[in-house]
Amino acid sequence: MKARIHVTLKHGVLDPQGKAIAGALASLGFAGIEDVRQGKFLELNLAETDRAKAEAAVRAMCEKLLANTVIENYTIELG
Amino acid sequence: MKAAIVVFPGSNRERDAGRAITQASGTAPAYLWHQDTSLPAGLDLIVLPGGFSYGDYLRCGAMAAQSPIMREVKAAAGRGVAVLGICNGFQILAEAGLVPGVLMRNASLRFICRNVHLKVVATNSMFTAGYAPDQVIAVPVAHAEGNYFADDHTLDRLEGEGRVAFRYCDAAGVVTPATSVNGSARNIAGVFNDRRNVLGMMPHPENMTEAMLGGSDGSALFASLAKALP
Repeated sequence: MKARIHVTLKHGVLDPQGKAIAGALASLGFAGIEDVRQGKFLELNLAETDRAKAEAAVRAMCEKLLANTVIENYTIELG
Repeated sequence: MKAAIVVFPGSNRERDAGRAITQASGTAPAYLWHQDTSLPAGLDLIVLPGGFSYGDYLRCGAMAAQSPIMREVKAAAGRGVAVLGICNGFQILAEAGLVPGVLMRNASLRFICRNVHLKVVATNSMFTAGYAPDQVIAVPVAHAEGNYFADDHTLDRLEGEGRVAFRYCDAAGVVTPATSVNGSARNIAGVFNDRRNVLGMMPHPENMTEAMLGGSDGSALFASLAKALP
C-alpha cells in the first residue's frame, strides 16, 4: 500500500520561502498570485495491507518524525 | 565539572565547545557518539554542539532528536543534569521537545554568519549567573535556520516564567524587531526548559572565548557552569 503525505505550514506561521517563490513567479510575469505556501510531499511504500493499521502507523510516523506539529499540519492519503 | 559532548554525523563545532569547557573547568569533556546507548556515570553537563547533523535532512535537528543517545539525554535532563544545546544543538533540543518552540528558516532566507549582540535577559541560571542582568555581549551566529517560533501563548508563558535567556539586540542593548537578526519571535536567541537545567541558544559562545577570537564574551557562560558544577 502507498501512503502519500503532505506536510504544510500551519495557518499563521510565516513562510518566507513561499513569499520568495511568489515574488519570483511575479517577476516571471505570472500575474494574480495572491499567496504561495510551500511544503513537503512524502511517498511511502508500506508492506501493511490493512488500511486502518496503515493509517494508524503513518499517523504515528507523522507525529513522531515526519511533521513538527508546532508549526506543521499533515494530511495522509492511502491507496 | 564532568562534561560530555554528543557528536552526531555532521556536527562540526564539538571541538570548539570542548576547548571552551576545558578552558573554563580545567577538565576535558568526553565525546559521545550519537549511536551510544548509555552516558558516562556522574555527568554534570551534556553539550549538543553546532553543525549540520544528518545533513539537516527533513528538518534541522529532526533526525538527531530521534537518535539513540537522545533517549539518554532526555532521561538525564529529567534527573536535573545540565544540558546545553548550541545552534544545531538548540534545533535538536527543540525537535526533541526538551525546550519549547522550533527554529525556522531565517526570515531573510539567508545564511547569517557574523557577530551579533545579545542582551542577557535571565541571570538566575547555572548557565548565565556569571553575567550582569541586561549585560550586552557580542558573540557570533552562523545559521540558516535560527528563526525562533512558538505560539503566542507559549511565548507569553516563557516570558512570564523568566525563561528567555538571551535576546538579539543592538550594540546599545536596544531590542526591536529590526535587531532580531534572523526574524526570531520577540528577539529570542536562547530559552530554558521549565527546570532551567536545559538551555538552547542559536549564537556560539564557545567561539568567543579569548581575545584571539575577537573577544571573550562567551567565556562567562562556561565559567558559570564550571562554578555551578564544581
